[in-house]
Amino acid sequence: MPLDAFEPTLFELSSENEGRSWLPQDDGAELDALLPTQCLNADMPSLPIVAELDVVRHFTKLSRRNFCIESGFYPLGSCTMKYNPKICDSLASLPGFANLHPQADADMAQGTLGLMDDISDFLEQLSGMDKVTTNPCAGAHGEFCGMLLVRAYHRDQGSDRDTVLVPDSAHGTNPATAAMVGYKTLEVKSNAEGCVDLDDLKSKLNDNVAALMLTNPNTLGLFEKDILEIAKVVHDAGALLYYDGANLNAIAGVARPGDMGFDVVHINLHKTFSTPHGGGGPGAGPVGVKSHLVPYLPIPLIENNGGKYALNYESKKSIGQLSTFFGNTGIVLRAYVYMRMHGAGGIRQNSVHAVLNARYLKYKLKDLIPAEIDADNMHEFVLTLKDKKRFGDFNAMAFAKNLIDRGYHAPTVYFPLIVKEALMIEPTETESKRTLDEFAAVVADIMAEAKADPEKALHAPYTTPVRKLDEVTAARQPVLTQPCLE
Amino acid sequence: MVFIPHTPDEKQSMLDALGLQTEDQLFHMIPAQLQNPAIEFPPALTELEISEVMNDAAANNPASQCVSFLGGGAYAHFIPQAVSAIISRGDFSTAYTPYQPEVSQGTLQAIFEFQTMISRLTGMDACNAGVYDGASALAEGALMACRAVRKDVVLVSSSVNPHYRRVLQTYLDGPGIEVIEVPAADGATDVNALKEALSDKVAAFFVQYPNYYGVVEPLEDIAAALQDSKALLGVSANPHALGVLKTPGALGADIVTGDLQPLGISLSYGGPYAGYVACTEKYIRQLPGRLVGQTKDEDGKTGYVLTLQTREQHIRRAKATSNICTNQALCALAATVYLALMGPKGLRDAATLSVKKAHALQQALCEIEGVSLEYSQPFFHEFALRLPVPARQFIEAAKQRGLLPGIAIQDDAKLLLVCATELTKTSDIDLYKTILTEALQPTVA
Ligand SMILES: Cc1ncc(COP(=O)(O)O)c(C=O)c1O
Repeated sequence: MPLDAFEPTLFELSSENEGRSWLPQDDGAELDALLPTQCLNADMPSLPIVAELDVVRHFTKLSRRNFCIESGFYPLGSCTMKYNPKICDSLASLPGFANLHPQADADMAQGTLGLMDDISDFLEQLSGMDKVTTNPCAGAHGEFCGMLLVRAYHRDQGSDRDTVLVPDSAHGTNPATAAMVGYKTLEVKSNAEGCVDLDDLKSKLNDNVAALMLTNPNTLGLFEKDILEIAKVVHDAGALLYYDGANLNAIAGVARPGDMGFDVVHINLHKTFSTPHGGGGPGAGPVGVKSHLVPYLPIPLIENNGGKYALNYESKKSIGQLSTFFGNTGIVLRAYVYMRMHGAGGIRQNSVHAVLNARYLKYKLKDLIPAEIDADNMHEFVLTLKDKKRFGDFNAMAFAKNLIDRGYHAPTVYFPLIVKEALMIEPTETESKRTLDEFAAVVADIMAEAKADPEKALHAPYTTPVRKLDEVTAARQPVLTQPCLE
Repeated sequence: MVFIPHTPDEKQSMLDALGLQTEDQLFHMIPAQLQNPAIEFPPALTELEISEVMNDAAANNPASQCVSFLGGGAYAHFIPQAVSAIISRGDFSTAYTPYQPEVSQGTLQAIFEFQTMISRLTGMDACNAGVYDGASALAEGALMACRAVRKDVVLVSSSVNPHYRRVLQTYLDGPGIEVIEVPAADGATDVNALKEALSDKVAAFFVQYPNYYGVVEPLEDIAAALQDSKALLGVSANPHALGVLKTPGALGADIVTGDLQPLGISLSYGGPYAGYVACTEKYIRQLPGRLVGQTKDEDGKTGYVLTLQTREQHIRRAKATSNICTNQALCALAATVYLALMGPKGLRDAATLSVKKAHALQQALCEIEGVSLEYSQPFFHEFALRLPVPARQFIEAAKQRGLLPGIAIQDDAKLLLVCATELTKTSDIDLYKTILTEALQPTVA
């Protein structure tokens, strides 16, 4: 993949030109006749002045300094980088959707509201929950919503439970969310099999515990096979079970968190139902609940009165509002298109192939890099380079950079935190057997080269437009904006 | 099997390699009673069929085709065609968070340019890479202020968008921060009431600029009122308006937040939009979300990395400045491209025209008997209009004729919040005037 060479910033490209006129000139009153001069900025806004072609070239060049799913294999575990069908983007951007103002009366927006209600139904079916809201804007925003629901539920029961349990393998958003909602967090240990240690869990459950936050499959890619027992002990302690649905893509159509005993779930639409990840978003994180949590759902709620849809802001026990309007509607529509094109059977096939691909790739790599846990994984798996005798100084980061030199994106490194020198690999269902075989061959090559010339391997990448970047200085003396040019 | 590439033979050979007979065996660890749930779903559709479904639904949104004067936190502005052309390049839209900087320089540099542009527009020293939207940006800004000065009361002007205030309440309820509203007088923050509400428990006062009623708040007076207290000044600013208004930074703000939607992002029934949080140098380490920093590589070449990550959830976990992971990066990119294309003159022209159209509209409507401008304050591109009849009644009548005349303001049944932008045509203003005049005419028996 050819990545372009250095590109100056827009500010460095800026000229002394006046800039282009985008709008028809107007001979009306002067601005200072309409607004008091003390409100007005005497200076022009401090933006670069660059001609349209040069702007287009600038961003085109920048884009070519990016690795993306459309340029190559992107096995970034937990992030689920699979193919995003073009049709989802184009249909969600139809003018009838894109030009719809969020303050328009509901009776003038029935098309979009109907689809939002439909996708809520589909997600209820797939997750096994009683009611779904599409309001949260991302997975972590869904967690925030979910934990507020948990708290509202307990408070309504007259309980002030103040602690949330989070497995030591959990994604960082889980403890961060619990803290944002005002909870203390307590870590639950993983056992030798990589799953929740039931004894440790039991020892930490008491009257102060509001919930356990769990991903299933967990971040080691393993299904928590004791899930029914986990649910039982959590519920027996009067706590709720929260499902982090970032990994739903492994089991969608195969098994449902609602049937496992989860009380509240969030679903990362951008992982399971495919939306472009956009350099870090947008996504959407709908939340589903069992009936006992329905009264606390965020406003507004979509109401379906015999095929006529309305937005209800009058929910007395609601946790309140989460975003300016109704969340990332455009992303919800993309997921709707994706779900309708698959149907339940197609979604199940995605899960089957996500797991098949991951299991197969782990099998192909097993003699090269050991897995942290020797168990059948689901949609992703975690390898480790911690064995110094075998790998010397060749660590996870060095492996990542060597892969980059071969035209692949790196796996997720150093996560989950409980695994030393972790490589978390998620191939996804849209990759072919051939891609996986080629990848395995490249890994074999890298491991052989690292052994033959460790010094060289440690200093990769060599082929990228920039080489290893100085992150320490960046953090010590942060340069977060373009210094003014003289 | 819509987007799965495997041939039946390949699939079989993969199962064989794993020693499995059937695909169901892949899931042997899932307890049997949990497997094979009955899921009722409509049958799968082809691309052609789903296109029809979506086209029908889109046609069932008549509001998208009306002449609209709706604002209230989302604004229809001109968007150069090149914005969507650039952000739909797969190299941007199908990349993820730049965890490997060597192969993510495009996203990283674009964010750095975004941070620079928003910092300059707001008059702040730094800006994060974006949060979910304007309301959550205000809430994150308030949480940040509380962390920075270690206090737990936040004052907010009641002239702030009511949706924003509700979201603020939701966010601050978690850590138990008290939110106190400061009343408005004549559509702007009542500075005397603000002074009275101040105490040594107050972390910050938040105000919107222009505020919910379109009024350009007197930030200088507000900053002066805060001078003797240690409370920070937080401003939720419409970045489009900063094309002509003095920067909040120049007027004394410590934290500036806002929604980027007016900068090249389509309405899309409320999202995806993106929010920003900017601040002065002193509070950089309290900024929520991602930050990109400029640095050098091993060979001394300039490059960009995610930085100050020790504030973030993946390292600090329960002690992080926020839980943000996936943000709205592509929307922030759209805003960056928009600002690059428009340039200083383009943004200034668009903002100036928005002001002019709104004032022309206001003057035209206030010529109608019984209709008046509610507040005697400078306004940007939105204003509160007093009608002689309930606003809802007029909205219902107008929408029958393809006109969305504004938003009914909750405080008073006869107030209508009306917005114009550079897209508003003179004929739209004429149409509005005609329809309002007719709606107010006593029906002739
Ligand atoms: C296991 C897990 N939980 C939660 C999240 C948070 O989701 P989001 O990034 O959409 O906020 C992620 C995503 O990165 C994840 O992988």
